[in-house]
Amino acid sequence: MNSYAEQALDKALKGPAFDKRVKRRNVKDTAAKFGISIGGVSIILAVLLIMFFLLYVVLPLFVPATVEKQSQYGLPGSTSETTLYYGVDEYQETALRFTQSGKLFGFDVNSGQILNETTLPLNGQQISSFSIVSDLDNILAFGLTDGSVLIAKYSYDVSYPNDKRTITPKVEFPFGEEAIAVAPSAIEKLSVKVQDSDLVMAYLLAGSKEVVVKQFEKVESMLSDSITLEDGYQGSFVTHSPVDWLLLDGSMRNLYVVSKSGTTEYYNIADIENPVKVQHVNMLDSNESLTTVRFLLGNYSLMLGTDKGNIIQWFPVRDKQNEFALHEIRKFSAGTAPIHTIAIEKARKGFATTDSNGQFNLYHSTAERHLNSTQVSEGEAGFVVLSNRANGALVETQSGDLVHYLIDNQHPDVSFSSLWGKVWYEGYEKPDYVWQSSSASSDFEPKFSMTPLTFGTIKAALYSMLFAVPIAVLAAIFTAFFMDKQTRQWIKPSVELIEALPTVILGFLAGLWLAPHMEANLPGFFAFLVVIPLGIILFGFAWSRLPRAYRLMVPVGKRAVLMVPVVFFLGWLAMALSDPIQNAFFDGDMRHWLTFSAGIDFDQRNAMVIGFAMGFALIPTIFSVTEDAIYNVPAYLVNGSLALGASGWQTLVGVVIPTASPGIFSAIMLGFGRGVGETMIVLMASGNTPLMEVNIFEGMRTLAANLAVEMPEAAVDSSHYRVLFLSGLVLFIFTFAFNTLAEVVRQRMRRKYGNL
Amino acid sequence: MKSWFNKGEHWIWLSASTVSISLILVFGLLGMIGYKGLSHFWPHAVYHVEVLHTDGSQEIIVGELHDSKMKDVEDATAPSGHVEIPQYLFKVGNRDVYGIDFRWISSTDIVGGVKALEPNVMVIERYEYGNVYGHLDAVTVNGQTESDPEKAMALLEQQVEMGNQLISDIRYIEKIEIGAINYKIEGLRLEEKKLRSQDAFTAEEAARLERERADYQKQFDVFQAQTDVLYQQTRTLGEVSLQIAGGKQLNVPVKNIVHFWQPNNMSLPQEIGFFFNAMGNFLMDDPREANTEGGVFPAIVGTVTMVMLMALFVTPMGVIAAIYMSEYAKEGTVLKMVRISINNLAGVPSIVFGIFGLGFFVYILGSSIDELFYSYALPSPTFGTPGLLWASLTMALLTLPVVIVSTQEGLSRVPRALREGGLALGATKSETIMRIVLPMTTPAIMTGLILAIARAAGEVAPLMLVGVVKLAPELPLDMVSPFVHLDRKFMHLGFHIYDVGFQSPNVEASQPLVFATSLLLVLIILSLNLGAIMIRNRLREKYKSLEH
Repeated sequence: MNSYAEQALDKALKGPAFDKRVKRRNVKDTAAKFGISIGGVSIILAVLLIMFFLLYVVLPLFVPATVEKQSQYGLPGSTSETTLYYGVDEYQETALRFTQSGKLFGFDVNSGQILNETTLPLNGQQISSFSIVSDLDNILAFGLTDGSVLIAKYSYDVSYPNDKRTITPKVEFPFGEEAIAVAPSAIEKLSVKVQDSDLVMAYLLAGSKEVVVKQFEKVESMLSDSITLEDGYQGSFVTHSPVDWLLLDGSMRNLYVVSKSGTTEYYNIADIENPVKVQHVNMLDSNESLTTVRFLLGNYSLMLGTDKGNIIQWFPVRDKQNEFALHEIRKFSAGTAPIHTIAIEKARKGFATTDSNGQFNLYHSTAERHLNSTQVSEGEAGFVVLSNRANGALVETQSGDLVHYLIDNQHPDVSFSSLWGKVWYEGYEKPDYVWQSSSASSDFEPKFSMTPLTFGTIKAALYSMLFAVPIAVLAAIFTAFFMDKQTRQWIKPSVELIEALPTVILGFLAGLWLAPHMEANLPGFFAFLVVIPLGIILFGFAWSRLPRAYRLMVPVGKRAVLMVPVVFFLGWLAMALSDPIQNAFFDGDMRHWLTFSAGIDFDQRNAMVIGFAMGFALIPTIFSVTEDAIYNVPAYLVNGSLALGASGWQTLVGVVIPTASPGIFSAIMLGFGRGVGETMIVLMASGNTPLMEVNIFEGMRTLAANLAVEMPEAAVDSSHYRVLFLSGLVLFIFTFAFNTLAEVVRQRMRRKYGNL
Repeated sequence: MKSWFNKGEHWIWLSASTVSISLILVFGLLGMIGYKGLSHFWPHAVYHVEVLHTDGSQEIIVGELHDSKMKDVEDATAPSGHVEIPQYLFKVGNRDVYGIDFRWISSTDIVGGVKALEPNVMVIERYEYGNVYGHLDAVTVNGQTESDPEKAMALLEQQVEMGNQLISDIRYIEKIEIGAINYKIEGLRLEEKKLRSQDAFTAEEAARLERERADYQKQFDVFQAQTDVLYQQTRTLGEVSLQIAGGKQLNVPVKNIVHFWQPNNMSLPQEIGFFFNAMGNFLMDDPREANTEGGVFPAIVGTVTMVMLMALFVTPMGVIAAIYMSEYAKEGTVLKMVRISINNLAGVPSIVFGIFGLGFFVYILGSSIDELFYSYALPSPTFGTPGLLWASLTMALLTLPVVIVSTQEGLSRVPRALREGGLALGATKSETIMRIVLPMTTPAIMTGLILAIARAAGEVAPLMLVGVVKLAPELPLDMVSPFVHLDRKFMHLGFHIYDVGFQSPNVEASQPLVFATSLLLVLIILSLNLGAIMIRNRLREKYKSLEH
């Protein structure tokens, strides 16, 4: 019998069938091992990918610009003439060169081959002055020796013969081919600006000291769609300093008369018939002189190039008396050689310069970045122009060549200083932290300061911690240390229930229910802070005077239940006190009193609402971890202390809390981390204005809410998109660091208790 | 007294009270959501208020009382210079006549009390323009007018029932049948585009597509004709004329009526019936009037579909990662760091996952998928735009730490002896894990999964970036293959709350609905959490016996 069984077993456990099965099982085992390992590792990697993906999107922000030489050829057209201007098309295929003699050469940007050639209708006159009317609309103005002004607009015809894009540059004359007769003699300096309905020009005649300002109305012809100019107002003033540049700004109200030595007369010509001198200022040091001046994009900022190689930005700033004055805003310096030309970008506040050492430099003004420096030639680098999308440049050399560069410069507008520092934006009274990412106008300057958002994030988190920490920590202490097991069993999950509530509901209640109630009963909410603690202590003291028989009916461990109706009553009392307090101290309306008597701004959705609502959401996080920490303090420590005669609270403060303090610390860290990242409550109840005010009655915009608001509209791979990802990365690192700190502290504490 | 303070008694009272405060806040909040959410379904009494305006004109207001507040008014005779005057918010309905639904009335303008019921008033809920409050005058059907009140009521009831039947028939044909045909026709259009891009659009194919299109067009025409007939029938249902406050006559076509009731004439059982009926409509109807009226059915379907898909992704991912970490990976610093990282990932703000989903899934993965497989449909994106698939994947990543942590905990609770027993009997490691360890871990995995689902159902911020919309034209789940449409955008209960509460033009009108939606969401999430807790407790019981 026995041997039979053994035989059967032998048969089952030996032989080829058995070996095969073992083999199959081993293969299966190995396969499972590899499958699970590969799967596990790749899932973990995928999770960690999040962080690297954020970095991957953000990094291009900090990649320096590259400039690559594409081709070089002799100046198209006549090399001996001075260039007034180049126009380059969108695709960098063709360009147009305007020369001093009024000739126009359309040429292929890559080969320099001339495509077409025309001459401006000058009527036998010479060009005596030149002004860029609009870089964006490609309008130029030429002052002629007979005192007339010719306005030209260049553009490109795009056609697709044989399915191949062919671009032909051309020139048009929006106000007629005939030059407008303005003055009796040659115009030496000229500045022209045009708006929807009118055109203003300022000019200086040769040999004169009188600057004339003339306004023209645009009149549309009834028959054709041509536009003619009709004389409007006219005014003039005499200037005593030499006039080397006349610059009329984009608003057509400010006129700057600039001399080589840097002295500038700033005139307000809002009333054209009576120009008013606003300021006389010397923009340079005494031993420096100007080599070139032009406006930045938007025709607001003056960019000055000097013989010392500096580029200085000035613009008018309004002071407290509502008066404007020119201020030096920032200075760039990449070399010491005199600046030859400044060229501007047409979509951003970037610019490029050439200097007499043959350097070509690329900058961005508001980000204060020097992006690239390239040696063009041995001798002086001459005229420079940037292509429409700022992805290319044409630079003239001293030897009569034209060099075409390709530029890769995706995000010049973002730098550490523009993200975190104060930036003096055009039209602002002082340097400031501003977040304003989009606007309707095309020459808008996006303002990406993360400081107000970070400030708002921390403000929201701190105000809510102010509410959450005392309640959560004290509640945890009571639950863990004093409460009896029975009560604790249902109290703990009840408080932790808050964690499960969707924050969108809390946000909705905070924004639509709490905020208006708080506005109406503001003193009541402040009365909470006084009435409730005082009332509780009074009640407690009164309780201790009760006869022993009554006192014993509610043991210490059940006090939380006893206090529910008491706290309820105290809360009602505080709310009921709201109106009497308002009438007694705040003239019947605290909100009104705050704004008009105390001068404190008040928003309905403010930091106080956030403090209550988000504080409520943070309670379970802090409560739960603190409670665990205190509950896990070894019992013999407590018993020892109690045996030595300490009261319950004395034991708690002297023994339990010091032991559990790392746990409490990590609970607070976790709570703070959660407060920093909370989105919906802040989005719905904070008003979302990026302010930098500590005021509890004003709102804020947090990093997380900002992401929720702006992310869907940000264009992929734009600076805005990447800056938003950067703020996501900041949030990620912030919370990750806080949580790791909390986790490490908690683990260390657990090890310590293990030793005890 | 000094010794009382010295002993720290006051601190004990204070700390005991913070527990009470937390409890009051939690249950107060739940109670408020419950009360406000449920009262949305209860038939509101309609009051009759006479108003004497300061200019001497008199007005009668008939409507539901929705809110009241105190307003400070300056009054020189009062000692403080102010008096508090109650203000009442009435829902007066009849938006097409009055222009506004809600009116604040000051109690000083009210002659008599606020609480006078308007007898026999009838409330009609319409498909457009909100409610009507008025007195039934007559019902006209096929030119015959019935003005005897009782007969008119009975007739109206019958007509409205017919109307609702017709409208649900029309809805069915329009949404389900015609929707399916449209979907197929769109498929043909895409197929044609695809064939053209592959240069395979031969004459044969063209003919076939044309034939199929003609087929569908024929079916479409049939359905179109059916709906035309039904629409014609709705127009013959007649109309009801009512006398509304202000002495005007209002005619309401029966086809516009959702239902009608006489709140002031209802008995308690009728009220209860109305309550449950309204609740059912809320759960099963489509939203109307820019989401401020009607039900939340598409939002429920959207939430459930998204969450189920998410569970489908997150369970295997979480379980495999957890098994790898506890059973296969080598213990060491790296594993410790990975564990901490995964733990901490649960604390990373959800919006960060949202931007990851948008940047990686939608813009990178989605665009690549479009270029590879759906290039014929470009430039209109298929997967390169926020949608159901990306939303559920993002949520899966967001909840992955929950599942991993919970599974790991479950794995660590399986007694070592069981594992060793399995190995000693000759089972391979994978067999031990699959046959012994994993089955015992199922409750832990379930707990993690339920918690993950609860979290995903309540999360809104990341979804706003990766696929949720305020009004989706089609459900993500329907009867047309492939049944679950991964590329569609969907509606979500949480986003519905945000959208209706904050973006709707008529905040007062929509608030009750938001409370009802909040209540629904809270109930779903609380029951999921309670389920998780129950499973966890049962699991602990089970292992207690094993440990001995």
